[in-house]
This record gives sequence, structure tokens and C-alpha cells, in this order.
Amino acid sequence: MSGPSDFQLTNPALKWIERRLPIMGLVHSSFIAYPTPRNLNYWWTFGAILSMMLGVQILTGVILAMHYTPEATMAFKSVESIVRDVNYGWLLRNMHASGASMFFLAVYIHMFRGLYYGSYKEPREILWILGVIIYLLMMATGFMGYVLPWGQMSFWGATVITNLFSAVPYFGESIVTLLWGGYSVGNPTLNRFFSLHYLLPFVIAGVVVLHIWALHVAGQNNPAGVDVKTEKDTVPFTPHATIKDMFGTSCFLIFYAWFIFYMPNYLGDADNYIPANPGVTPAHIVPEWYYLPFYAILRSIPNKLAGVIAMFSAIIVLAFLPWLDSAKTRSSKYRPLAKQFFWIFVVVCILLGYLGAQPPEGIYVIAGRILTACYFAYFLIVLPLLARIETPRPLPNSIADDVLAKSSGKAAPMVSTIIAIMVAGGLLFGGAQSARAEDQDVPPSVKWSFAGPFGKFDRASMQRGLKVYKEVCSACHALSYIAFRNLGDPGGPGYSTAQAAALAAEYKVKDGPNDQGEMFERPGRPADYFPSPFPNEQAARVANGGAYPPDLSLITKARSYERGFPWFIFDFFSQFQEQGPNYVSAILQGFEDKPPAGVTIPDGSYYNKYFPGHAIKMPKPLSDGQVTFDDGSPATVAQYAHDVTTFLMWTAEPHMEARKRIGLQVFVFLILFAGLMYFTKKKVWADAH
Amino acid sequence: MTTASSADHPTRRDFLFVATGAVAAVGTAAAVWPLVSQMNPDASTIAAGAPIEVDLAPIAEGQDIKVFWRGKPIYISHRTKKQIDEARSVPVASLPDPASDQSRVKEGHDQWLVVIGICTHLGCIPIAHEGNYDGFFCPCHGSQYDSSGRIRQGPAPANLPVPPYQFVSNTKIQIG
Ligand code: FES
Repeated sequence: MSGPSDFQLTNPALKWIERRLPIMGLVHSSFIAYPTPRNLNYWWTFGAILSMMLGVQILTGVILAMHYTPEATMAFKSVESIVRDVNYGWLLRNMHASGASMFFLAVYIHMFRGLYYGSYKEPREILWILGVIIYLLMMATGFMGYVLPWGQMSFWGATVITNLFSAVPYFGESIVTLLWGGYSVGNPTLNRFFSLHYLLPFVIAGVVVLHIWALHVAGQNNPAGVDVKTEKDTVPFTPHATIKDMFGTSCFLIFYAWFIFYMPNYLGDADNYIPANPGVTPAHIVPEWYYLPFYAILRSIPNKLAGVIAMFSAIIVLAFLPWLDSAKTRSSKYRPLAKQFFWIFVVVCILLGYLGAQPPEGIYVIAGRILTACYFAYFLIVLPLLARIETPRPLPNSIADDVLAKSSGKAAPMVSTIIAIMVAGGLLFGGAQSARAEDQDVPPSVKWSFAGPFGKFDRASMQRGLKVYKEVCSACHALSYIAFRNLGDPGGPGYSTAQAAALAAEYKVKDGPNDQGEMFERPGRPADYFPSPFPNEQAARVANGGAYPPDLSLITKARSYERGFPWFIFDFFSQFQEQGPNYVSAILQGFEDKPPAGVTIPDGSYYNKYFPGHAIKMPKPLSDGQVTFDDGSPATVAQYAHDVTTFLMWTAEPHMEARKRIGLQVFVFLILFAGLMYFTKKKVWADAH
Repeated sequence: MTTASSADHPTRRDFLFVATGAVAAVGTAAAVWPLVSQMNPDASTIAAGAPIEVDLAPIAEGQDIKVFWRGKPIYISHRTKKQIDEARSVPVASLPDPASDQSRVKEGHDQWLVVIGICTHLGCIPIAHEGNYDGFFCPCHGSQYDSSGRIRQGPAPANLPVPPYQFVSNTKIQIG
């Protein structure tokens, strides 16, 4: 690769190696002496951030694969046992799951940066196309990874996405069968997705090497978009770019850690905590956020084949960008019109993403069509046209000049600010409208002891909750992910190991076969799991009027409700994620003997204010005085609901306290580290500016 | 790192670099810990390794059974008088891994031999009631153990280990 070759070795052993495999010289010229433009801004650190994210995903992925079982009846359970039983399994899984989102976030920023500064233009076309290939591979990898936990969203996401190929004329059905390895999504599909999900990241890594190679041949673009002319325009990669990249990366890590430790389910879907069920589709199928703009494009075209073609074209069009935009000026900084259209395009993409998450009806469909047209118009009309009619502002003579000019103030990007504010206002209005249209009662927000960054479970409340579960809920609902030993775990309801063992011994557990080949019953041991009230789903349905009482282990994570537009943004900062507990506690208290006028409830169902559709098959489970507490807490439905929900929040996430505790330590560390990196970076760059 | 020259405050600059490097090193070490720790047995595996109880009543004299504890085969032999005498008559000092038979069984329960049935050579499972010493014979590389589970001949370096166990009653033991 390029760069000054002043690399000299003195150590004879290293010299011996170097003469046979010049790897140290390669590293030296590529990552140490490599000249990098001195005017790069922090948007350029996303290359390093992406490399780190690829590394993190591969590392955590390889580890998760050590504990995961790619088999349809065991996949969901094995993921749960990773987060419950494996040492730091919850951490590794959160890192991998939020890591996917962070990876995509970083790649979108990286792509928009390339778009803004014209990094795809001559001589970087191949570099850009390799990037598009990486992005496509990432999408495939991310999609297959999302299938692996084998929850409802995994299963139905897999069904919907693979069915895209059924739009292909003539061969559609055969292609889909080929992808599935069966007549529907099933175990063979899961198995091959696992295999490919493990393979593709290494393919990505390979293409990344080509991407970096092409980068080092063409040289980095820079915010001014002018070529490097003299040595004054550059600084050596190490330490300058290295240290800047490391500072950028450490800041990104802070953001990433926010999700890992405090918002692990913010970007996920509650439905994916329900095991895959081929018989029931979730009411609202939504892909992961990073596919939403393309999903919106797919849905806005009323023809199946055309929709699929539009969706794929939306990505493929990127590969043609170097030829669609033939303007000579690279950086949008010097292209007044292109700059405005760029920001409009950013807003279009975000709005498409927003629409992708909305139900495909009414105004959303029309908006989707308009925005889809805008998306394609940007590439196919605006950019080619601008290249012909726009007069760019004068470019600086050199990168060094650009650096000098920077000290003399900069103009506020008025237009884009105004557009952004207008769009935000529009969204807010839209959100308020849709919130008003909602006829469902939203569960009231309860004050939970476990909420917030320092939240802890209320032990007494959990112990009362366990009592409510044992005396009431357990008649119909299983709790099959919880072993008796868990009751004595740190961060749990606070029983001793002996108390947990005594509790286990109260239960009869089926074991066997013994030497005579017969099953037998024995007293429970700490390692046993809570026995289920019914031997199988059919038995449970027969006993409950056709409804299957769900397992409660994960219920507080498997239930949620819409928070609506402005709220989901505030929730990110306030770390609000108690929709599940709010919902469960609301359901328990939401029964009313008489449905309000005008509402009819079918036979065998009961009116519940907070249940979607209001007709719930579960009869009112709790009434005042039903359970007596030893500690004198009031024997009221409100108290029962609060306590059992607290207990069930713990069953859904037994390591929540460890997550928040370690999160705090990690934050203190990362902030300290980023601070040090900042000052180190300033020192290193002191003589470069 | 410290080679960068600077006219002013060279020591302060060095200190900053060293501090940053040290914090980075600590962070890396802390991050490696969970990545390694996850390889250890998980909580369910540990819980499944809890002590087990074995009823000895059905084992007749001269017979033995194999039970599994923590995934390891445990031989429980009801030894005959002859086997016990053989085990006790050899001079302890002449053994490759000297240990008296008394030290390998529980006092008052001399007829019961409980050993982990994993050859101390390279981990194969020796066959009970075979070999020249009325004990165990390992088919892999020919190690021979006597009726006390002690190595007598062959490449294995040590006696078959005795797992932790105790008698909860005369006919019941708890292993673990
Ligand atoms: S393993 Fe038993 S003799 Fe080698």
C-alpha cells in the first residue's frame, strides 16, 4: 500500500522474518506512516468504530454460539439459559443484540458521511461499491441473526422476509421452498440461518479488508474534498488518526453501553419474548429499526413484485451513485444546492423509517408513497440534475488552506435547521393525532422499585409476589424458566439456599425412568424447575376454555404497549422501560363486572379495561382478601398485583440488579477513559493544527 | 508513545500518556474477564452437580454398580472377603502410589469400595472384575488396578480417586 517507505528494522530476528513475509512493513505503511488528511472531522472516526463493532460482534457471537442450540424446540430456551445461567451471559447477549443496532447506526452515519462529502466519486468508486456490498451482507447477517432466538418476531420476520422471494415470477415458490428447506419456516430454516449467520461476518471481514485496501490505494477523502497535494496536507496515521479514532470510539462506547446496561430491550420487540408459534401471527409485524425505511418502501407499492423490486432497488441504486452524481466537486460544503437536498434526503430516510413502524393504513400509506418517490427522485433526478445546473462555491487551494480557513467562523446552516424543525413539528403533530385516535386505555405508569439506573427489586414485595403466584397464578400458569435454586440467587427474592431447598421439597417432581423403567415422583430439589400445572398445551387449553394460559417467566418482558411518538424519544433518556410491568399490573386490576354500555363480550370471555380488544379469556384472578401476607401488608388486589408483578419482573430478568450495578461501573470507567483520551488527543494534535 | 518531543511540560505530557495507557490496559483486562469466565460451568450445570444418594441394598456381595455423578462414572463395589483380604495383604510401601486399603474405604463399611471409574492414565473407563488383581483393568493401555482401586501395573500414575461421599445409613450413601 502507499505511504513513505522509511521503514527500517534493526533487530536481526525481525529482519529475518520481514525478508520472507513483509508483514511489519505492511502494517507500518498502512497504519502508522500512512498519510491521512489533516482536516478530517469526527465523522471520519466511524470507519474505526465500524471495525470495532465488527470485532465485537464476531467475538460475542462466537461466544454465544458456544451456548446456543440451533434447534427449533430448544433455541428459545437456550437463549434464555444463556442470559440466566451462563456467567455474564446476559452481558454477552445484550452486547451482541444491541451491538447489531450500533453496527447499523454507525454504518448509516458512515454512509451519510460518504454521501455528504462525495466520498464515492472518482477515484473511489470501487471503494464505495465494496461498501455497498458490505452493507448488503450486514443486512443479510442481521436478519438471520434476528431469527435465531426463535421468538414470535424471529419466526414471522423470517416468514415475511423469505416470502419476498415468492414474488419472483415462475420460480418464486421453488426459491422459497429452497430457502426454507421445508414447506414452511421450521427447524431446517433455523439450522441453515445459524450456519450462514456464523459464516457471513467472516465474509464481511474479508470484504472489509478489500474496502480498506481500496481506501489506502485511493487515499482518504476529506471534508474539503480536494486531493492531497503536499506533505503539509497530511499527518501520519499514528499517532494522529489512531488517537482521534480511539477517542471517537470511546465516546461511541458510552452510547453503546447505555443500551447494553440500561436499555437492553429498547430497540427490541416485546413479541420476541414469546416463543415462536407457527399458528399465530403477532398483530403488528415490524422488522428491526434498521430495515424500516426499506420496509416502508416495500409496503407503499401496491403490487407484490413491484414492491419487492422497489425495495431491492432502493439499496442497489447506491452502487450506481458514482455515476448518477457526476458533479466534479466532491464535498457538499461547496455545493449549496446539493447540501440542502442532502439534508432533505436524510429527513426523507428518517420519515420512511418512522412510517415503516406504523400500521399500513390511511395517511401512512399516502405519506409512504410520496416519500418513496422522494427517495428515488434524490438519486435518479436530483443528483444528476444538480451536477448539470449547480454552480459550486470556490474550493480551497489545498487541505492546509482549509484548515487555516476553519478558524474564521462558519455560517449557520439556516435552511437545513428550518427544515429539521418543521419536520420535527410535523412528527410531533402526527404523533399527537395518532395518540388521540387510540381508543385503548393505556396502562397507568406505576412507580416501581426496580425502575431507573439504580433500581433494585423490593425483596419483601417479591416474597409476597411469590406467595401470590403459588397460591393463585400457579393453578393455571407455568413458571418453567425458574428453578427453585434461583430463589436463593443474589439479586433475587432474598431466600437462603436452605429456604430455597425447603421450598423445592414442598413440590412433587416427576423423575425417571428408574431401574424398572418407570417414571416416579420425588420431592423437588433446588436444581428442579417450577413444575407446570398442565402436562401439555392441549391439556391446558381444555381446562381453560380453549385459551392457553401463558408461561409467566417472561411475561413482563413479553408484553408492552405503544408509547407513541414523542414519548419513545424521552424514554431513551429517562430509561423508561416498564411497559411490561405496567401492563401486567393493569391487567390484574382491569377487570370490571359489567362491560361499559355498547361493549359486548362473548361468552367465556371477561371484560378487561386494559386487554387489547377488552375480551380476555382469563376470569378475574384476584380479589381482596384472597391471600394473607405474614408481614401485615394489605390484602388488596392492588397490593397483590404490585407484588406479583415485581416478582415476575425478576423472573423475566433475574440479573437485572447485576446489569445495573456493572453498568454504573462501566460508565464511570468509560467517562474517565474518554476524558483522558480527549486530553491525550489534544496533546498529540497540538502541533498539527 | 513517550518519544514525541515537546519543549514545554515534557513530564506532564508523559504522565498523561502513561495514565491513558494504564486506564486502557485496566479496561481491556476487565473486559476480558467475562469473555473467559463464560467458559466455566454455568449455573444449571453447577446445580445439576449437587450430591446424589445411592441405595446400596440391591447390590449383592461380589457385585458392583456404576452410577454417574457430575458426568463421571462412579464404581460402587460390594467386595468379597477375599477381595478385602487381598487388598490388605500387600505391603503398602511396594505400591506405585502407596495408600492403605483402610484409607480408601469408610471405617465400618470395609466391604464397600467407591471410586471414580476414570483411568488416571488418560481417562478411559476401566472394566471391573478384570485384570490380575481382582479389581479393574483399563483396556486402553493396559493399566491394572487392584480390589482397592489402586494402580498395580501399567502406565497409569495414580490410584483411582475416591469421590467425596458419606454413609447416610447402613445401606445408603451420599456422593458429593
Ligand atoms: S487410559 Fe487407561 S491405560 Fe491409558
